[in-house]
Amino acid sequence: MRRPGSVKEALWGYAFIAPTGLGIAIFYLWPVLQTAYFSLTEWGAFGGHTWTGIDNYRRLGSDPEVGRALVNTLSYTGLGLLSIPLAIGFAVLLNRKGMRFVGLYRTLFFLPVVTMPVAIAMVWRWLYNGDYGLINYLLSLIGIDGPNWVADPATALYALVVVGIWASVGYNLIIFLAGLQAIPKEYYEAAAIDGAGTWRQFFHVTLPLLSPTAFFVSVVSVIGSLQLFDLVYVMAGAGAGARANPAFPRLETVVQLFYDRAFVTNDRGYAAAIVMMLLLLIVVLTAIQFRFQKRWVHYA
Amino acid sequence: MSKRLSALLLGGLLAVSACSGGGDDKSAADPNAKVTLSYGVWDANQKPVMEALATDFTKTHPNITIQVQLTPWADYWTKLKASVTGGAAPDVFWMNGPNFQLYASNKVIAPMPGEADLSVYPKPLTDLYTFEGKPYGLPKDMDTVGVWYNKALFDAKKVPYPKDDWTWADFQAATAKLTDAAKGIYGTAAQLGSFQEYQYDTIAQAGGYVISPDGKKSGYDDPKTIAGLTFWTDLIKNKQSPDLKTMTDTTPIQLFEAGKIAMYWGGSWNVSEFTANTYTKGKVDVAPLPRGEKQATIIHGVANVVSGKTEHPDQAWEFVKYLGSKDAAEILGQKGPIPAYNGTQTAWVKAHPELKLQTFLDSVSYAVPFPVSKNTAAWNEAELTYLTKAWTGAEPTDKAATELAQAMNSLLAKE
Repeated sequence: MRRPGSVKEALWGYAFIAPTGLGIAIFYLWPVLQTAYFSLTEWGAFGGHTWTGIDNYRRLGSDPEVGRALVNTLSYTGLGLLSIPLAIGFAVLLNRKGMRFVGLYRTLFFLPVVTMPVAIAMVWRWLYNGDYGLINYLLSLIGIDGPNWVADPATALYALVVVGIWASVGYNLIIFLAGLQAIPKEYYEAAAIDGAGTWRQFFHVTLPLLSPTAFFVSVVSVIGSLQLFDLVYVMAGAGAGARANPAFPRLETVVQLFYDRAFVTNDRGYAAAIVMMLLLLIVVLTAIQFRFQKRWVHYA
Repeated sequence: MSKRLSALLLGGLLAVSACSGGGDDKSAADPNAKVTLSYGVWDANQKPVMEALATDFTKTHPNITIQVQLTPWADYWTKLKASVTGGAAPDVFWMNGPNFQLYASNKVIAPMPGEADLSVYPKPLTDLYTFEGKPYGLPKDMDTVGVWYNKALFDAKKVPYPKDDWTWADFQAATAKLTDAAKGIYGTAAQLGSFQEYQYDTIAQAGGYVISPDGKKSGYDDPKTIAGLTFWTDLIKNKQSPDLKTMTDTTPIQLFEAGKIAMYWGGSWNVSEFTANTYTKGKVDVAPLPRGEKQATIIHGVANVVSGKTEHPDQAWEFVKYLGSKDAAEILGQKGPIPAYNGTQTAWVKAHPELKLQTFLDSVSYAVPFPVSKNTAAWNEAELTYLTKAWTGAEPTDKAATELAQAMNSLLAKE
């Protein structure tokens, strides 16, 4: 049933979202369409392009560097999900009543989030330094000769994941804190009356009611991790650049490869195909997460 | 995570749209009209000198004002490419060897319209900025490579300072004596990354080549080129240089400035760094590169070029000619890099009498040009990708070099 005047109301609605819609169309949708078109062309270094059809996509399949970058990116994304249980744990601790200095702790956890990724990468680079780094100095006190963390293929990816988690745990924690504070006290009171201890309350009340938050955080984290660029760009490379790092084959991400093709070797059509592949990957992984949410996400 | 990248791209986009337009068409026809030329440079240290030159030029050309536009090195080429694509490149800008042919072949920069006396500059430099027989732009400054050595470490091991006529064998003997594993001191550091200071020099000294003169073929599978690479990988194998992992964590120049390596192959541009650093100040000097099959150093220099799309080509060329003149070179040499104009370099040498800076000038007589082709950046990346395997010891040097030659040849075929 349509109320009289509802058309007018709808028009007003559209008018209000028009500025945002226009912004999205110009700055997000149009570039995506352009990139999709460019991925079917070959570019000169200064513009001017020729149509090559699906040649760039064929190249993707036979380029070992693409496979390598995909494996690295997915490993980083997978390991980076560890930040979710960590963030839940810290959020629960920080949410306890009567805890002292809670504001200070929250600030400390959140500081990395508001710090420039490049600054983070530079400081961690120094901490990880094989000869002069703080980490290896501390290890040497207990008799361990630490590796060159970001230059050793065996440790480089993990060293990077640690920084990624450290940098993102504060952001996730704040969202989980908000989620925790939205859980009504009555549930805990009822659970306590039924005889549930702290752990049972956590697993049967807190976790299920946090699952919508966890779902949001995991979708956002996966999308963010798949686009990893700046940490690697700064941490992997010294003066010579990342490619002179012996661990580079374990560190190269899809966006890093895109950057190299688009801005270093002047191979822009191919670079467009690489980001289209990344877009597809993000869409697929996000769709999978939405599909499986019914199994574990409980909306109260 | 990609916020910075997209901000960069957006910033570039805005810069392009903001800069387009401006400039009046009348001036192109009227030589006496007042025009403003933009001049793109990347070195903040040199900006004051460039502004002094611009002021000096306006004195003799009152109708032309120069606006110096500084873009830091890290963003210079990305921004320049974006502004060229958007039709808003500076009228005159700095060019380097690796990028030159890309810009010349795409007609982004214009060849010289008239005659100019190129004999006043070192020939390898004017050759570097010649494309298809036509000279583009005039050399501004130049740099060559030498061996910076730590006198304190030489004295401690009683090793005599390098002589001007020393050879690879002398260098290797000195490296062996200077290396002191117990103290964590190495004779030298076989850097991977700055090919201008390391690999290209030894390749030329061994009689090899990086790219054929016609720019069509890689020289990396030539046995002599491989000898120039093995020079370095052997030093790592013999533990007379730190390994690649260590050099990735701490760059060789940082190791040199910490007294951990005795000899650092560096350029004339390191003078200001080593005379300002509290550790190296007064402790280092410079010697020519050791002689292999022959004596060689890579020479490179920046040139001033004119945009192919400038609305004021005549005025822009007037300015470039002035920048390439003896007067301009003398101003530049007092506080800046080595000026390219022959005979104006004394001011540069005299600025630091405690160092044998004449070494860098003497080596110009046997200098070889920086190897480049149309898309130099593409095979520069391949050099790192393949040679990393030789530097870590994962592959023998000759195998890695041969694979690199194949990869580079297929990249050259696409140019």
